[in-house]
Amino acid sequence: MELSVWTYEGPPHVGAMRIANSMRDVHYVLHAPQGDTYADLLFTMIERRDHRPPVTYTTFQARDLGGDTAGLVKRAIAEAYERFRPNALLVGESCTAELIQDQPGALARGLELPVPVVPLELPSYSKKENWGASETFYHLVRAVLAERTNAAGLDPAGASTDTPTSRRPRANLLGPTSLGFRCRDDVVEITRLLDAIGVDVNVVAPLEARCEDLRRLPEADFNVCLYPEIARTLCRWLEKTFGQPTVTTVPLGVEATRAFVREVAALAGLEVEDFLANECGRLPWYSRSIDSTYLTHKRVFVYGDGTHALAAARIARDELGFRVVGIGTFSREMAREVRALAAEFEIEAIIGDDHLAVERALEELQPELVLGTQMERHVAKRLGIPCAVISSPVHVQDFPARYSPQMGFEGANVIFDTWVHPLMMGLEEHLLHMFRDDFEFNDAAGASHRHEAAGAPGRAVTADAAHEHERPALASSTAGTSSIDSAATGPIAATDEAGATERDDDPAARWTDEAERELRKIPFFVRGKARRNTETYARELGHGTITLDTLYDAKAHYAR
Amino acid sequence: MSGTAAPASIDRALAEETTVGGIPIAVERGQREVFCGLTGIVWLHRKMQDAFFLVVGSRTCAHLLQSAAGVMIFAEPRFATAIMQEKDLAGLADANEELDRIATELLARRPDIGTLFLVGSCPSEVIKLDLGRAAERLSLAHAGRVRVLAYSGSGIETTFTEGEDACLETLVRAAPETEEAQLLVVGALPDVVEDQFARLLETSGIAEAAGRVRFLPARRAADTPSVGPNTRFVLAQPFLNATRRALAGRGAQHVPALFPFGIEGTAAWLHAAARAVGADARAVDAAIEAPIARARRALAHYRPLLEGKRLWFMPDSQLEIPLARFLAEECGMRMTEVGVPYLDRQTLAAELERVPEGARLVEGQDVERQLDRHATEAPDLTVCGLGLANPLEAQGFATKWAIELVFTPVHGFEQAGDLAELFARPLTRRASLGLEVTH
Repeated sequence: MELSVWTYEGPPHVGAMRIANSMRDVHYVLHAPQGDTYADLLFTMIERRDHRPPVTYTTFQARDLGGDTAGLVKRAIAEAYERFRPNALLVGESCTAELIQDQPGALARGLELPVPVVPLELPSYSKKENWGASETFYHLVRAVLAERTNAAGLDPAGASTDTPTSRRPRANLLGPTSLGFRCRDDVVEITRLLDAIGVDVNVVAPLEARCEDLRRLPEADFNVCLYPEIARTLCRWLEKTFGQPTVTTVPLGVEATRAFVREVAALAGLEVEDFLANECGRLPWYSRSIDSTYLTHKRVFVYGDGTHALAAARIARDELGFRVVGIGTFSREMAREVRALAAEFEIEAIIGDDHLAVERALEELQPELVLGTQMERHVAKRLGIPCAVISSPVHVQDFPARYSPQMGFEGANVIFDTWVHPLMMGLEEHLLHMFRDDFEFNDAAGASHRHEAAGAPGRAVTADAAHEHERPALASSTAGTSSIDSAATGPIAATDEAGATERDDDPAARWTDEAERELRKIPFFVRGKARRNTETYARELGHGTITLDTLYDAKAHYAR
Repeated sequence: MSGTAAPASIDRALAEETTVGGIPIAVERGQREVFCGLTGIVWLHRKMQDAFFLVVGSRTCAHLLQSAAGVMIFAEPRFATAIMQEKDLAGLADANEELDRIATELLARRPDIGTLFLVGSCPSEVIKLDLGRAAERLSLAHAGRVRVLAYSGSGIETTFTEGEDACLETLVRAAPETEEAQLLVVGALPDVVEDQFARLLETSGIAEAAGRVRFLPARRAADTPSVGPNTRFVLAQPFLNATRRALAGRGAQHVPALFPFGIEGTAAWLHAAARAVGADARAVDAAIEAPIARARRALAHYRPLLEGKRLWFMPDSQLEIPLARFLAEECGMRMTEVGVPYLDRQTLAAELERVPEGARLVEGQDVERQLDRHATEAPDLTVCGLGLANPLEAQGFATKWAIELVFTPVHGFEQAGDLAELFARPLTRRASLGLEVTH
């Protein structure tokens, strides 16, 4: 058993639901007890879908267990087919049904339906959501293409017989799914990008695809593996079966997008250097502009799915000039790549879905910016550290009304804005410093437009007790984490757990009055860190008292 | 349809019609669109602040809890899941050892836990992991430090609010014995409502006549009231069937009443309690006069918005029948279908005498057939779960999340207006967006 407070991924059958809900003509019959229908709200509430996910649940109860649950499965399948008339049917079981071993897949085959039936075996007690989505996508495509691969006409040299010179090269975009992080807009952006360099999109799948689209997959010249967590398995099979090469660069960030364009061009035999010379989005200039110098070596912590964590760390280092002090992923499938990148940063990657371990790392590292999931956003909020969300698990606010891709050049623009806005602008930082003695402009007064910031209950900001509170108070007005979050969450807008339990610091060294006064001259948004650093330094040297000298020695010690 | 004949127990055909006091009740079997009993943890852990809820289940259970709890609750919540893995399923001895290890680890990290609930789930029930015995074992191992209790919130046994029922039943079984005369108010209520009721029971003289008034659950699980033959109890929630039976089993006497929703329900509920403990009805009338007047004024705002509107309840929280009574009698709404996940005729006896005219009662659910009927009937407002709300809105129907009725203070006189407002808001919103309110 594993103690879990929050999970980064749902069970594998939720991954299968994401594939079913991505497709337009696939239905999923899920052998599951009452209550498992909760998963519908992921789609209807978080993603704001205007239709129910195409899933039929058998809804067995305790009293059914001694009886004919297999009969229940068969009836559910037959009725679902009659009612929804899908072009392919997925049949699987949730964790509890797995234990009673009715083998719904075999039962479904016995019904001899006139459409492909895909039995899903997704072991709930060892696998998770993304794996479930990947397997489902792979088996669905194989089932739909079965006639084609079984027939003698299988032509590994490429199913498209016309020569590439007579038409524009064609690519499949594989991996975008329902509930995926910004997939909707990434597809639009990458389609535009490919079009601009002269490549047509043959099929996008599974998002918004139909079975007949899946049948056309072999007609592309190559596949773009947009989200390896979902599409890598399928891409490998398509490579082997139809000889379609895979574009593996994920176009997240300016550098990766350029590399992606070159990789596509090499496969498609296109000339793109002119295009690349004129096109790179605004990120490079914004990052080079003078105001961005304050971004230099900001300490960032990165956590997310493998694809987004890898990309975010590279963008942070190479395109924004941050320093990556922590990196990790919950995608065990991509642990190797993440560990390799971590080695480049000379840090140890956190691999796994122990949310508490990630929280501990954040507390220890005290980064200046967190690039994480909704989980890290909440931890960062509590610690008063600015945060931008880069990866699922998703939240209703990760489906913005506006166009907001992550991929391609426009995606890089969005990333620049999203990551930099939670931080304070450089000039603003100086102004804050300049006005720090103004009676209306200090940590105790809070921001003038937010009357609640200073006087909020529990924010005892007397000059003496302020230091542990000042960062949260600041973050709440600048980090872009709005107070309507919990209400917007939908389901049970639970009020914040008064949580934020004050942690007693270990007995710290005593500050002399003089040192304490000096500390207060440091701008309040870095004062907490200065205090912690100085105390750590004093503790390491075994100093019981912190003097003016200790303060400045520590400052020199931690200077960078 | 396959040719195999199924045992009657899982016959999905829209089945029997029964009647209660002349009211026909259709019984339906099929796909249900409801939460399981684990969901109750989301409000129970906030009510009993010294308690921790450890679900023994699967990743699905953990995912359900975090999805239902609004994706994330800020800090570390007072609930968690011991996620079973393949190796735990291999042999039961392992699962018990693992559970002990997890519980010990948890107790070490959370020294503030006074009561630990082990909460059973579908998979733990199916593999027959005996959590009752595990609770006894852990109670012994951590004697003097923490009390460990067990109940099941599994979907194969409990529907949504039945999870609270199962939790309170366990508390009742573990409660100490008392000979003292007392009145118990049973059902988790928001603190603000509990305080209002405590004041009303005091000023009306009911508390004095009863000996004393206690609430179950108490705000701290450690303060769970004692129970005995001189205990009388009123239910504040209509889904506490097992709790009612457990209290009766301890010799306590149930005071049947309407449920305290709206003016009528709250007044009747208090009067029933007064009669049972021999308090003066006139004193009750005097105590509730001012709150009733306030509630009338509050309801007057919303009645014009709700009057004549046709309401549909999907089966969900089990509050459907009392709320239908309130909305018809006090807000002038007309009922179409009133779905309930299950019907306990004894707990709801008083309410069943007041089922509004025109309401079609359906017990159980086959969501597809129900949606077919719903489309045909096109009600003005539909109370439903989170999975159905946006799809129905997209089709042009006004909806109200059933789950809000469980998390919002809606009981008693002071909340009567708020309760009506919950139903008026979707209609007001559609009107303010220039959308048609009626089909």
